[in-house]
Amino acid sequence: MSTTTVAHHDEHTDHPTGIMRWLTTTNHKDIGTMYLTFSLIMFLVGGSMILGIRAELFQPGLQLMNPDFFNQLIGVHALIMIFAALMPAATGFANWMIPLQIGAPDMALPRLNNWGFWLLPPSAILLTLPFTLALFGIGDGALATGWTFYPPLSIQGGIGVDFAIFAVHLLGISSVLGSINIIVTLFNMRAPGMTFMKMPMFAWGWLITAFLLIATIPVLAGAVTMLLTDRHFGTHFFDAAGGGDPIMFQHLFWFFGHPEVYILLLPVWGFIPQILQTFSRKPMYGYKAQVYSLIAIGAMSIIVWAHHFFTAGMPVPALLYFMYSTMAISLPLAVLFFCWIKTMWRGSMSFETPMLFTVGWIILFGIGGLTGLVLADVAADAQYHNSYFVVAHFHYTLFAGGIMGIMAGVYYWLPKMTGHMYNEKLGQLHFWLTAISFNLTFIPQFFLGLAGMPRRIPDYALQFAEFNMISSIAAFVLGLSQLIFVYNIISTVRGGKKATDQVWEGAEGLEWTLSSPPPYHSFSEQPTVK
Amino acid sequence: MEIDADKREPSSTELRSIANKKLGYKMVWIVAGSLLFAFALVPLYDVLCTITGLNGKTKSTASELSNTKVDETRWVTVQFTSSTMPGLGWNFYPKQSSIKVRPGKVETVLFEAKNITSRVVAGRAVPSVTPGAAAAHLKKLECFCFERQALNPGETKVMPLRFFVSPDIPADVKEMTLSYAFFSID
Repeated sequence: MSTTTVAHHDEHTDHPTGIMRWLTTTNHKDIGTMYLTFSLIMFLVGGSMILGIRAELFQPGLQLMNPDFFNQLIGVHALIMIFAALMPAATGFANWMIPLQIGAPDMALPRLNNWGFWLLPPSAILLTLPFTLALFGIGDGALATGWTFYPPLSIQGGIGVDFAIFAVHLLGISSVLGSINIIVTLFNMRAPGMTFMKMPMFAWGWLITAFLLIATIPVLAGAVTMLLTDRHFGTHFFDAAGGGDPIMFQHLFWFFGHPEVYILLLPVWGFIPQILQTFSRKPMYGYKAQVYSLIAIGAMSIIVWAHHFFTAGMPVPALLYFMYSTMAISLPLAVLFFCWIKTMWRGSMSFETPMLFTVGWIILFGIGGLTGLVLADVAADAQYHNSYFVVAHFHYTLFAGGIMGIMAGVYYWLPKMTGHMYNEKLGQLHFWLTAISFNLTFIPQFFLGLAGMPRRIPDYALQFAEFNMISSIAAFVLGLSQLIFVYNIISTVRGGKKATDQVWEGAEGLEWTLSSPPPYHSFSEQPTVK
Repeated sequence: MEIDADKREPSSTELRSIANKKLGYKMVWIVAGSLLFAFALVPLYDVLCTITGLNGKTKSTASELSNTKVDETRWVTVQFTSSTMPGLGWNFYPKQSSIKVRPGKVETVLFEAKNITSRVVAGRAVPSVTPGAAAAHLKKLECFCFERQALNPGETKVMPLRFFVSPDIPADVKEMTLSYAFFSID
């Protein structure tokens, strides 16, 4: 993506050029760029899949695809968006920005870093290959179980399930390697004088994310391995006939799956306060309170998993425990919201694209959080469970809270990474189109869910037709608006108004002391932080 | 030349690289630990379910008939449901859908299975009780689910279940459901 840009200002570097540069690189900026590019491509792939779903749901009845293909699109869409779009985007920013923010010359384990990235393309191929194989009559397509792999369906499924299991193994190894690297970098490579409590908030968000990843990804890897041996090697972990229990898979899966939600969000909660302080032109409010809240949320996220399957059958004391502990997470989260708002309070605010995305993010993510509280209520959940209400809720947290946050980060750091300013008008157009069409897509889904429309079903009753039509049209506007984003990024990489070193008037931190774009090797002499 | 290079003091970059690798390996131990934890959860989960009777797991062996007094003051309704899993090819259902019992009194209910395929099929029934808290109080004296069952093509078999509901069952449980899922074991 940025081969030409990075190369022309840095002609005397000692690294190979062309494809070998990217295959063999151990440079944190190169690897960060590859992560971000990969993430953008997979974002578009996963997005087109869901547009297929929305086209099918445009009107009742089956028009475009058979139910089996519909289920495959839904499951692979989720796996791609979570593992191949959101997580690599956050890791890409970590690679680019953590060394710059803490004044380190590179990541601590550069070769591991290269390996961590190059595991991603093969796993993306593993996820999508079954679609192509099915065209040639091999197998029956990708996994059709949804991204959660619940047995017994996943034990009965075709080769798509095996492909997805191996893809999850590779993706898991990749993110564990990335996490180990980030932990070691943050522990050992901080600039002299930078104590943990002086670390930028983005680094804090990632430190907690990385610990969550190395604690929970192996549990997912273990669970899908058990699934694999159940499918092919005669074990009965999840097979009731052999003494196993399918519900146990749900416990194992969500023991990983709930922290995963925070794994996707914590890096965003890290850089959002930095963007807020930049465009409010005053220091971030409650640094310590935010750090402690992030730690509290990370710790609590490991002990609340069973709220994802309240209806699977649990004794009442367990239901109550998981309900109250889930609701308790909203307390540290409320502290964060308060700090974000207080950072803006009476600030000298301006609304460039990163700030627009950030402010929009706070509102939309807030809706996602509040609807989550409703779902955490055991009594209410019996009605909402497995309905479109859940779909709308987690898109408010993961599309608004995750992807729109990442977009704020892209606009915020793109001038630093490329040395050029992006097109502000197009950026603002992208924001408004995204925010409006996003709401038009998912607000109807809240009502559909309340009215009882179940998720993951390709057909629906006639009374749901109007809301589904609105949702589908808005989803296509949302999807097409992202092309503006892609165009804006590509044209910024290729040229544009020169960015200053500080880029934004109120920007503070070590990354803004370097030139834009930063030299290929930065902070060879570590700066001292007072 | 090389010996000299080994003897010289390691530079600060080299020292840091060694420290980084050390910490990296420590992190690998955490990863290995959580992988081990995932597999340890399997027996832990079973132990937890057996102790507490969560998930409606009943004992898979016959209970002893102790000299319990029949509680004539209350009724408990026991409902029966049945299902067959793919690949079995049987019709399988209880002869009566529910029965009112006095806790402590031994009852017998019959289940009927018919092999509708043209080959010999073996299967095993897996029980589950709802609500989970009642599972430990359903005592089976004789059950077709304790062993595998095989049916010849077209054969019909009537299978008995002898059980009693323990008088210790919590007072608020007035109804319970015993479900059998028949799995093929080939």
